[in-house]
Amino acid sequence: MLDSTFYSLILSIFVGVATGYLGSLMVLEKMALVGDALSHVALPGLAIGITFHFNPYIGAFAFLFVSAAIIWQIQRTTKISFEALVGAMFTLALAIGILIYGKDLDALESALFGDISQVTLLSMSIAAVVCVVAIVLTKLIYDKLVLAMISEDLAISKGIKVARINLLYLFLVSVVVAIGIQIVGTLLVGFLVIVPAIAAKTLSSHMKRYAMLSAVFGAAAGFSGVLIWSIFFGPDSAIPFSGPLVVFSGIIIFAASIVINWRYKLTT
Amino acid sequence: MSENDFILKVSNLGVKLQNQVLLDHLSFNVTRGTTLAILGPNGAGKTVLLKTLLNLVPHTGTVEWTEKVKIGYVPQYVAVSDIPMSVREFLLIGNGVDVENSLRKVRLMDNSILDKRLGVLSGGQLRRVLIAWALNDNPNVLLLDEPTTGVDMDSEEPIYLMLNEIKKTQKITIFLITHNIHIVQEYADALLALNKCLTFCGPAAEIAKPEIQRQIYGETVCVETKRGEN
Repeated sequence: MLDSTFYSLILSIFVGVATGYLGSLMVLEKMALVGDALSHVALPGLAIGITFHFNPYIGAFAFLFVSAAIIWQIQRTTKISFEALVGAMFTLALAIGILIYGKDLDALESALFGDISQVTLLSMSIAAVVCVVAIVLTKLIYDKLVLAMISEDLAISKGIKVARINLLYLFLVSVVVAIGIQIVGTLLVGFLVIVPAIAAKTLSSHMKRYAMLSAVFGAAAGFSGVLIWSIFFGPDSAIPFSGPLVVFSGIIIFAASIVINWRYKLTT
Repeated sequence: MSENDFILKVSNLGVKLQNQVLLDHLSFNVTRGTTLAILGPNGAGKTVLLKTLLNLVPHTGTVEWTEKVKIGYVPQYVAVSDIPMSVREFLLIGNGVDVENSLRKVRLMDNSILDKRLGVLSGGQLRRVLIAWALNDNPNVLLLDEPTTGVDMDSEEPIYLMLNEIKKTQKITIFLITHNIHIVQEYADALLALNKCLTFCGPAAEIAKPEIQRQIYGETVCVETKRGEN
């Protein structure tokens, strides 16, 4: 097994846990499509990184976070929905990204679908540490965010700085999405934010189990997708990217959760 | 009544948002340990008033609590249907409380409810759980925004009876938004009627008088004096 594949397998577990855990809040906020669309905003950042020879994932994160902060500020002042603002921002980002990539279709393909051949021991280690920090910080604000979803006034009346924790949460989502792009690309990373969470939701009547299952399903989808791809396909095969296999693994988990819920009625 | 009996003094309170006047020149005092009913048509500013008392809304004028208050708040609407959270988990948010004792305070005696999802509770159970959560911090003021929203008529009265008992045993001052004149008569000590500005402020029993109803509603209304009888 190639070193990069081994590192990618480890990385897929960390990325899966982080996107699954943070995604569980995104789905509850009814912002599942926001999480998906937001990931596409990374495209110009990746392009600028490649063009100017610095780590493209830093460019991706910078674009994600600046976009998220702009959306957060416009939403607060105008009350236009997150969905509408992210919709406008992500199509703009896609347009800018495609303009910057120009004829470099290989680099565009890697950005869209992920390229695990670039994962090194160092990048895997940094990404793993960042994922753990993101998970710990999210755990600290998890209950507060859920209370704000139940009633923002209720949360504010308890002294919770709702706008501030929302911004922190968007920052953390930007971080894990930027890292997840390595495994599945900008086009598919939204899947890791949404699908593990909705699979967990169909099997959970308690918050603790929901958040935990979402993280576990994220890791399972990421790990099994990269593993299957590395055993049966690889970079020189007809499917040179692991992203689609991660998506298929996740869909199988989601389908299984639907069947289990239908059979045992776990959420009533 | 001495000045020391007041827990809240509001003077010349005004709220204006996006060039719309929501509250205008409100002045009133609230006596400690009483229930103040807040009455008025939709859009009169009742919820805005509660939010102003919570300091959630920018305002002019003064809102002066005369002692250190700890406020419990029960909003009219909560979004729980889509959240996979159990009653136990909800009651534990922000508090290391004895959840079974919390339930007993609101007369929910069946502990099996603790493991149910908030979204599957009946309207009455959910309102009681929200009140239990508001009581977790041992507040001395309770702000209730239509606390029987989504509750069937037969379950409304027991909730107000329970609130009345809590008020007496825990010496809490209650602010209660309601549209039900019967509830004002039976469970409130004082009445504040408003329609952006104050239309009546005085003893709750006054609501039975036709001239006060005309003052509040512009016409006399049919007052339910006993349940089931108009």
